[in-house]
Amino acid sequence: MPVIQFDGVGHAYPTSAGGATTVLREVTVRLTEHRVGIIGGNGSGKSTFARMLNALVVPSTGRVTVDGLDTARDARAIRRRVGFCFTDPDAQIVMPTVQEDLAFSLRRHGLPKPEVARRVEAALELYGLAPYRSQPAHLLSGGQKQLLALAAVLITEPSLVVMDEPTTLLDLANARTVRDLVAGMEPQVVLVTHHLDLLDGFDRVLVFDAGRVVCDGAPVDATAHYRALVLP
Amino acid sequence: MTVLATYVPRDSPVHRLPAGVKLTGLVLAGLGTVLLGRWWQSLLLLACVAGLYGVARLTWRCLAVQLRAVALLVAAIGVLQIVVAGWERAVVTCGNLLALVALAALVSLTTRTDDLIEVVVRGSGPLRRFGVEPERVGLLVSLGIRSVPVVARLAGEVRDAQLARGAATRPVAFLVPLVVRSLRHADRVGEALIARGVDD
Amino acid sequence: MTESTDAAARSVTNTTTAIRPRSIALVAVFAALIAVAAIVPGIPVGSVGVPITLQTLAVMLTGLCLGPLRGGLAVLLYLVIGFVGFPVFSKGQSGLGVLAGPSAGYLVAFLLAAVVVGFAATRVVRRRPAVWAPLFFVAAMLTSIVFVHGLGVLGMVLNADLSLANAFKADLVFYPGDVIKNLVAASAAAAVHRAFPDLLARRPR
Repeated sequence: MPVIQFDGVGHAYPTSAGGATTVLREVTVRLTEHRVGIIGGNGSGKSTFARMLNALVVPSTGRVTVDGLDTARDARAIRRRVGFCFTDPDAQIVMPTVQEDLAFSLRRHGLPKPEVARRVEAALELYGLAPYRSQPAHLLSGGQKQLLALAAVLITEPSLVVMDEPTTLLDLANARTVRDLVAGMEPQVVLVTHHLDLLDGFDRVLVFDAGRVVCDGAPVDATAHYRALVLP
Repeated sequence: MTVLATYVPRDSPVHRLPAGVKLTGLVLAGLGTVLLGRWWQSLLLLACVAGLYGVARLTWRCLAVQLRAVALLVAAIGVLQIVVAGWERAVVTCGNLLALVALAALVSLTTRTDDLIEVVVRGSGPLRRFGVEPERVGLLVSLGIRSVPVVARLAGEVRDAQLARGAATRPVAFLVPLVVRSLRHADRVGEALIARGVDD
Repeated sequence: MTESTDAAARSVTNTTTAIRPRSIALVAVFAALIAVAAIVPGIPVGSVGVPITLQTLAVMLTGLCLGPLRGGLAVLLYLVIGFVGFPVFSKGQSGLGVLAGPSAGYLVAFLLAAVVVGFAATRVVRRRPAVWAPLFFVAAMLTSIVFVHGLGVLGMVLNADLSLANAFKADLVFYPGDVIKNLVAASAAAAVHRAFPDLLARRPR
């Protein structure tokens, strides 16, 4: 289980107006649990927090280390171990057909072509995408696209998977499918979500508000705190 | 990847020729037509190209379809040439034009999209000294192809939003939201590429 | 999010000179935009409802928005996608046949036009926003006349064996539509740059 360490992390970026917007303030946290949830209102900093886990964003103050690697220095190495699942699957699928996209994930692994084909086939079977292997990705349903995106992440066997609101664009049935998939996944998962029922069975949930962690604990407590925060 | 493309699979010598060879042949043929000035030379060329369609096991109908797009234009040119320069010039011009269009179409019909892309990628190898990475060229082509249905979807969404507002279709009012959505999509794609290991 | 990612990009040592992911995404998406514009039937304009084809419009818009390097690459990518067999040229054409046809000159012209108008755009956006639209229009119109019409005529002379005078006359019919398209492209590009002030701000890769 890779240890995620945030030390005095803050993040602000300059605005075109000339000032700066602060997104995160003084976040110090150590994540070692298998299933970690991140919740918070819009603009609370949770998406930026998630993006710091694979060095997509490097903090303007403080330090983030994942599995001993500093995100400011070892971004490439970190991204080889950390997979990221975004909200919009259309943006993540970069190849025209299903199997090409899965193969794309393995391009840096130095595997011979037959081995790539074998792993792609296995992934296709595992996520129920086998009938669509040669199909153009745009013909898949929204739920299938997100499954493909997730499969493309998992086929690289990451030790940590970060997910940023993966079910927001999905209907209930597909959201449930993703939830069940997450429940059975081997790697560590840090999941940012608005759908609180995704967090059942999670080990730890952090609540963000205005760039800070305002609650940190069991899902039940955290979601109660979040509801109190957000609802009148 | 061949769902929308021109390629027609057949078992023929033309199909089996490497893509690079066919492309080179096409370029040479294109340059060579400059040398053809007599009416019988043009018609001979046309007959040869038609013959190649046969070798490629493609039907007459196939050849006709390829020429249909330029038929009207070529006819107009032919008429103009007869008036301005006489019938032989007309035959030569139209014959060469049709032959080249048909030959180029033949290359497209007998060559897999993937193989053509492979040629583009390998062709960009020598450009490495200018900072061009063939691997990224391949990614660029694939991502471009992949993005066409996505942008089409965005265009549909903008149009639906306009119709829902009862707004008339004004070009600027359609294009700006479309470009804005496309830019935001490109932002997300850029993020996803980095996350999937395309180094920044 | 863009600004954060850019900040991250700047802080990580960049040892490669290859095209960056954000540029790859922009080039690909705009190539797709040109393709979509070329495939859809023209939108009816005005009370009479005359349809204008969007292909040239999309090319100008691409150059104006992305600048010479990324804009040029986007048009080049669009051409490559068409050449390898996808039906993204006007009237659903594809493949190399179009290069041999009479409209070949226009296709090559698109590439040059995007680069030139893109270069002009990088200069224009340094001035105050109020002048963007009119200056974009001037740049687009000049580029259109010199390159699109210029090379279109040349293509007809070479491929269709027309005399210069006849090719020129054949080309005249496209001018009124072009004025409208360039007005639209200039207007739209100005609005896009107001919404995304960073688009042409840095040296792209």
